[in-house]
Amino acid sequence: MTVTKLPKLSKAQFDSLGRELDDLRQRVIDDLGEADRKYIYDVVKVQRTLEVMGRGLLFAGFFPPAWVLGVTALSVSKILDNMEIGHNVMHGQYDWMRDPALNSKMFDWDTVAPAENWKHSHNYIHHTYTNILGKDRDIGYGILRMDEGQKWNPYYLGNPVYAFLLMAFFQWGVMLHDMETERLISGEKKWSETKAVRQRMWQKGVKQTLKDYVLFPALTGPMFLTTLAGNATANLVRNVWAFSIIFCGHFPSGVQTFTEEETANESRGEWYYRQMLGSANITGGPLFHIMSGNLSHQIEHHLFPDIPARRYPQIAPEVRAICEKYGLPYNTGGFSKQLASVFTKIVRLALPDSFWGRPSGPPAGTVGKGRAMRAA
Amino acid sequence: MLTTGLRFLEALATPHGVDRYLELIHPMLTVRELRGEVTSVHRTTRDTVTLTIRPTRRWQGFTAGQFVRVSVDIDGVRRTRCYSPATSQHRDGHFELTVKAHESGLVSRWLHANARPGLVLGLSQAEGEFTLPADRPDKILLISGGSGITPVLSMLRTLSDEDYQGTVTFLHYAYTEADVPCLEQLRDLAADKLVLAYTDAAGGDLEGFFDETHLRKAAPWFAEAQTYLCGPPGLMKGVRDVFADLGVSDRLHTEDFAPTPITVDAADATGDVTFARSHRTAPNSGATLLEQAEAAGLKPEHGCRMGICFSCTRVKTEGCVRDVRNGALSTDPDDEIQLCVSVPVGDVAIDL
Ligand SMILES: Cc1cc2nc3c(=O)[nH]c(=O)nc-3n(C[C@H](O)[C@H](O)[C@H](O)COP(=O)(O)OP(=O)(O)OC[C@H]3O[C@@H](n4cnc5c(N)ncnc54)[C@H](O)[C@@H]3O)c2cc1C
Ligand code: FES
Repeated sequence: MTVTKLPKLSKAQFDSLGRELDDLRQRVIDDLGEADRKYIYDVVKVQRTLEVMGRGLLFAGFFPPAWVLGVTALSVSKILDNMEIGHNVMHGQYDWMRDPALNSKMFDWDTVAPAENWKHSHNYIHHTYTNILGKDRDIGYGILRMDEGQKWNPYYLGNPVYAFLLMAFFQWGVMLHDMETERLISGEKKWSETKAVRQRMWQKGVKQTLKDYVLFPALTGPMFLTTLAGNATANLVRNVWAFSIIFCGHFPSGVQTFTEEETANESRGEWYYRQMLGSANITGGPLFHIMSGNLSHQIEHHLFPDIPARRYPQIAPEVRAICEKYGLPYNTGGFSKQLASVFTKIVRLALPDSFWGRPSGPPAGTVGKGRAMRAA
Repeated sequence: MLTTGLRFLEALATPHGVDRYLELIHPMLTVRELRGEVTSVHRTTRDTVTLTIRPTRRWQGFTAGQFVRVSVDIDGVRRTRCYSPATSQHRDGHFELTVKAHESGLVSRWLHANARPGLVLGLSQAEGEFTLPADRPDKILLISGGSGITPVLSMLRTLSDEDYQGTVTFLHYAYTEADVPCLEQLRDLAADKLVLAYTDAAGGDLEGFFDETHLRKAAPWFAEAQTYLCGPPGLMKGVRDVFADLGVSDRLHTEDFAPTPITVDAADATGDVTFARSHRTAPNSGATLLEQAEAAGLKPEHGCRMGICFSCTRVKTEGCVRDVRNGALSTDPDDEIQLCVSVPVGDVAIDL
């Protein structure tokens, strides 16, 4: 465990931290309106236009530049659909608009992971129990060792390989994540309890596969194979991008993890505190922020998962100032720096901590029950 | 044929659906969603606006007296209100709404100020039981006041299109002559059937508020007729009382436009909580709706219990709730609320 000392706040400080952040949230909520609606509809319009263009260009896929352009447009469309639109809409960020087309209960995204399953594991489990070892199942997605608090065993020698596979097949990984395999293996959950989840996976998986790998290729007739390859490439590009952004959100060095004991009976202020210390931002320009679904503002997102993402860059300076005021770190860095830090961690944690000259096993008191990763 | 084609298109457009692409070309191109385009706008009185609406192909028509739910986006938020078509049910392809701008009303004032040809509105299919029997009664009395004119005007126009041979009287209450919407048209349509009563001015067929004398003058045959009534609360009460006194309440059919106002203090735990789907009602304990639902033996879906995950979102069909985080009130019917951070203010019904 990176033994940076956690800045401890007094109860009064926690309370005033909670109040300041509640205030900030309220100010944004009071200001929501037409501009936010227009923004998300503009993004939707760009995404759908790119999608139609991309699919259209693949009809001319025999001509390499058309194929490359088509795949690029389709990749960007899928990234926008999943990140700036899907992820954020499904968080309820636009529920205040009362528009069924952009409502968290109704929306589904262009990936094989069914909205319904994902919302449970992401919105509830991950966002409520962020970075609590044993509770936040996003730590390593149940297959990777991403924290010293996860006890090493030989299975983890494959950490870099698993990470590479997860990156390439990320949409399937996210889909299977909701099966909670590690809880099935440990016996915490029965196979029969996964029935609804499995049914949704099957239905969504079939529809998505049919669309990308049968119908659209067939429509292009003799170009069947090039279209299929194009669609597969677009899915791959989206997978690699989404994986990279998401892993930069919680796993660069300096991001804190917590134990169940530490976080029992948290106050609002303490909850905010954990969200801030458990997340990391990525710096970049406006286009980068949009393409990352504004998850480049992971800190702001974890504080206020339900306010429209376009507001995160706007409030970031204020959040940062609050961090400074309370002496809390505000973890941010360039994309390559954060990504390098994540990959270093993946490789480092493949080997036992003793290899790196650290005491093996987690420091006392950091291992909760029902750990995210049991021997796989 | 069409459905196979549509199904194929839906398979290509999955998971978003064909409408989400078509609407980007033009909002009226939708194949599944019902919408309506405003084709013309008239302002026949100071505070009303009359909109002619051409619905999309899904429209199944309406029966005189019914209403449609109209949705508009105001400052980013979709607002839905009920409006009764005022035209004859026999005119295909379009219908008219007359909306009265309420002084502090959100949607009605917005429509009054902003409606213009080309505006696209969200629509529902027509609903409501306030209709004439298919077997038309021999004598029909239509009573309305203010904006309540719309459903009964539709009845009058429908009867006229049907060349109705029975007796009908159209008794309408307005402040002054200038406040009667579509007056010219009314006169052309049925000058002999029209009885206008002005509450704040002379010059009408009748003067002042509704009473038994008005009733006897306008329709001496009321006891053999079926009466259809729609208007402001004062008029509704007046008519109901007179009909009750005369023992003919069973011949009176009514439609209320105005919602019951919220009179309770937001901080008091009063009223009853109804979980409509599970047919359970319990007195409001003042706890969050999630806790109250669980106390009533229900197991609503939920996650964080702190308002961040949106697992517990449900439709509040009636009543008002307060958000415990910031005290914001939700008063609109059919508003989506998060059960874990909402407490009821007075009577509330939840679709649960
Ligand atoms: C079945 C049905 C049919 C309707 N048909 C029509 C119609 O054809 N034409 C029409 O103009 N309206 C009609 N209404 C009323 C309409 O739905 C709205 O309630 C009205 O336009 C006010 O909405 P708002 O958003 O402007 O006011 P809101 O912002 O909802 O309300 C503002 C204030 O006005 C009060 N208020 C709301 N509605 C009324 C009302 N009707 N009378 C008096 N006070 C009110 C509220 O209590 C509140 O204090 C109908 C209502 C129903 C239920
Ligand atoms: S339970 Fe999570 S928002 Fe209500």
